[in-house]
Order: sequence, then C-alpha cells, then structure tokens
Amino acid sequence: MKILVCITHVPDTTSKIQFTENNTKFDKNGVQFIIGPYDDYALARAVELKEQLGASLTALNIGEAETEPTLRKALAIGADDAIRVNSFPKDSFFVSKQIAAIAKQNNYDLILMGRESIDFNGGMVHGMVGELLGIPSISPVMKLEIEGDKVKMAREIEGGKEYVEAKLPLIAGCQEPIAEWKIPNMRGIMSARTKPLVVVEPTSDAVVTDVTSFIMPPAKGAVKLVDKDNVGELVRLLKNEAKVL
Amino acid sequence: MSVLVYIEHAEGSVKKTSLEAVSYARALSDKLSSGEVIAVALGSIAAGELAKAGPAGASKVIHVSDQKLNDGIIQAHAEAVAQVYKKMAASTLVLAKSSLGDAVAARLAVKLDAGLVSNVVELPDTTSGYKVRRSIYTGKAFADTLVNTDHKILAVKKNAVDLKTDGPLAVVEEIKLEISAENFATSITSTDKATGEILLPEADIVVSGGRGMKGPENWGMIENLAKELSAATGCSKPVSDIGWRPHHEHVGQTGVKVAPTLYIAVGISGAIQHLAGVNSSKCIVVINKDPEAPFFKAADYGIVGDAFEVLPKLTEAIKAQK
Repeated sequence: MKILVCITHVPDTTSKIQFTENNTKFDKNGVQFIIGPYDDYALARAVELKEQLGASLTALNIGEAETEPTLRKALAIGADDAIRVNSFPKDSFFVSKQIAAIAKQNNYDLILMGRESIDFNGGMVHGMVGELLGIPSISPVMKLEIEGDKVKMAREIEGGKEYVEAKLPLIAGCQEPIAEWKIPNMRGIMSARTKPLVVVEPTSDAVVTDVTSFIMPPAKGAVKLVDKDNVGELVRLLKNEAKVL
Repeated sequence: MSVLVYIEHAEGSVKKTSLEAVSYARALSDKLSSGEVIAVALGSIAAGELAKAGPAGASKVIHVSDQKLNDGIIQAHAEAVAQVYKKMAASTLVLAKSSLGDAVAARLAVKLDAGLVSNVVELPDTTSGYKVRRSIYTGKAFADTLVNTDHKILAVKKNAVDLKTDGPLAVVEEIKLEISAENFATSITSTDKATGEILLPEADIVVSGGRGMKGPENWGMIENLAKELSAATGCSKPVSDIGWRPHHEHVGQTGVKVAPTLYIAVGISGAIQHLAGVNSSKCIVVINKDPEAPFFKAADYGIVGDAFEVLPKLTEAIKAQK
C-alpha cells in the first residue's frame, strides 16, 4: 500500500494579507508559512493509515526551495520520504499536471490532500488529478476508512453529509474532522533531517490562467453601535439604512 | 455558441444558488454576446420546477432525468455535463460554488480543456483578454485572473450578481445520454442531511452563536431569531469542536464560508479565522457583552450587551416590524 499526501505551503491563517510590486506579488514580509490546515488534516489521516496498514507515505509539494521547511515538517509528522517539484505553483491546472505525473510514475493506491489551499481557495486540484489519472476524486471528505480495497468515506454536503464507497485507487480532498492534527515530536524532528527529500523538475510549464493583479477589499467603515435597550433602532437601521431586511 | 449552466436541485426544487448562477450567465451573455443561456439538470425533478430557470435568465433547460444521476456521483455528473456541453456547442460553463459543483467543475476543466476560475465575484472584463475577478485568501483579497483557453468554466460565489426573476419560463427538453459504467465506480450508500431547514451556505440571512451562548441548551434563542428572519443558523469553531452544534454549521476559515446579505453574530469574539468565513457578507451585526471584542471592528452595526437579554428583544422587534 502506497499513500501520497500533497501539501501546500501557505501563509498562516492569522497573516495580514498584503501585496507588493504594484499589487502583482504577495508580500511575504513578516509572514509565517505553514502546511495548509486542510492538508494538515490529510497528512494526519495518512499517518494513521500508514501505521494501521503498514503503508508507505510520501509527501509532495509543488514549490520553490523556500517550501522545504514545510516539507520537512511533513516528514517530522510521519511521512517516510518527500518529493518537491521545483516550481512556483502557477495555477491549479499546472499543479494538477505535476501531481498526476508523479502519481503515474509511482502508482500510489491512495492520494490525499486538503479540500482546498487557503491562499487561492480553488479546491480544484483533487478533481483535476482524478480526471487526469482516470480515478475517482471525492471531496470534501470528513471521514475515511479502508477495508480491504474498499474505501468508506463521509463527504460533507450542504446541511449534512453523505456516505460514499469506492475502491482504491482514489484521491480525496480532506477536511476536519477526518483526524486530529499531529504535532511533530522531538524524535520525528530529528529523523526528518535525514529522511530522503527528492527534488524534480516540472514536466511542463503549461498554465491556463494567469493572475494579473491583486486587489484589497475596500476598508470597512466604523461600526455603528446601538444601545442595548433600543433594539428597535437596530431593526430600523437594517431595514431603512442597510436595506437588508 | 452558448453558455451552459450546471444547476443543482434538492427536495424537488432548483437551488437558489444555481438560479443565481443562471442570472450570472445571463448577464455574462448579455455583456459579451455569448449566445443562448442553457441550463442542464441531472436526475429526477419535475419539468415545471426546471422551467423556473427561465425567469432567472435561461431560455432552455436540458434535463437528463436518468435516475442513476439522482445521487451526486462526481464522475458521472462531470461526464454527463461534458456531453451536454459538447452537444450544445457551448463556449462557457457557469455553475454555483457548492460541495458537488466544485468537485464536478474540476473534472470538467480537464475533460473540456477549459480554464477554470473559482470564487468568481464579478462579470468578466474583456477589454484586454478575458479577465475574471475572484475572491482569494478566504475573502481577504481578490485576484484578477486572465483565462487563456477557448473554453471557460466559472464557479460563481454567492451574491456575485442579483437574482433575476422577470423572464418567461424556460423550455424544458428531455434528453438521454450514454454514460459508461466506469463513471459510476463510486456509490453513495446513505445521506444524513437536515431537511426542511434553510441551508447555511445558501442562506440570505445567517444567525450564528459562539461560546458566549454558554451551552447548547441556549440555542433556542438563536433559532427563534433565525426563524423570525427566515435565516440559517451557524456557529463558531469552538462551539462545533465541543459538540454543541454539528460540524456543518461551523462558519470560518476551515468551516463553511458564507456570503449572506445579513450576518448576525451573537457571543462570538471574532477571531481572524472566524472573520475569514464571513467577510463576504454584505452587512454584519455583532452582539457581544465585551465592548473590546475584535468582531466589532469588522461589523457594520453592533450592540454591546448580554446576548440573553438582547436576543429575545431583537426577536420581538423583528416580529413587530413585519
């Protein structure tokens, strides 16, 4: 059993989002980068499955050299080895092509990743990889159990969940509560330094979309406070001023 | 040439978010002269319901009533929509962002060699190339994105355009498709879903509670206000983590992202991760007894006060103005 977990290298959720170079580049100044929170759930579940099934676990990231500490963290949490495709993740199609190429070489039984990255929030990569490989893609998955070659999953839908069954190989976009986030322990951190991390070049440069500029939302005006003993005034404001009732 | 809209339905009617996507497609076609707006619906639903895509902006609805498509099997839906797209010689596919829509759109992008943009918030701008504005960093910024392919897929965020309700009913055309067995490799064994409720990701008004509500037994107050407003109920992450409310009600960075017209937060302090899930709301009201709660900085209106006092009064005041 071979498991691949794909992780993104993204600004931590409390980061202040700013842009530089005339709003064409993300401003990394003072920003801490982390494993994407959804990918962290995928990784945690992958480590559990690895232990339960005696599987091998490879972590994959599409990114430039700066993402290696993030990949090392995935190794510290429990991946056996790591692959970095040496390129900026240009768009979801480009990233999907790279993942599909690595997957074709290595025949993974199960590919896990987060339901979406928290920078571009596209949530498209698992579906694209699934289609490129001709295997089922299921997302967002909040529970995943393997019984033989059968995979039993719960997928979140509006207002609840549906229970889905499919056979390996498949790809799943994960979210909580699929597993509890794992914090690397000292032994993990030490061993991560010597675990293999292979760097490969991208298979192609094809992109289908290009970001031309970033835009910040307009600044929010000051809050209008209403006295707690005069809630009727709030209703009036919502109706006549904000026109939302 | 035409614009195809993948519409979803639940409990016998077309989802409102899908009708909004139809209105988006109509506005797009009017702006760019992209031809007829055709909707496609899969699985069992009454033709009379589908015709209602007309007032939203579609001239025709293609209905593939094959019962095997009643379940939202991602691969099968993607294959069916791809076939209809090609039959209609469409150049653009529009759909509403949703649990199923996102999953289907991604596979379609590969099937149709189409550039895909998700979280679209405005109509495309074609003054130089085909540029689409989308929401990124969980609503904290936007990105203008050039789509370089002939075929385009746009997954539209709620409230990107106003819902149109004034056109004539659409013509509904039944068609049959051959969808091969490998597309049904996944099966849905059961569904566990709230029925008859207003669903959080689709609601125009959302009332959310946080730890300030002190316990699940006090949720009746949130529900009463929500009922009076025909709103959906939501909650903060701590509340869903401790099990006061189900996970599908968790609003925030790693939960549901909502974009209602009105968001009312009660007893939620306003951690940055929660704000990320609500910052696309048109109007935000915060009720919190702590005047220093960071949520007030992100709010349009606020009441500093005890939720247990303010909520019943607010519910009464809403009732009174009707």
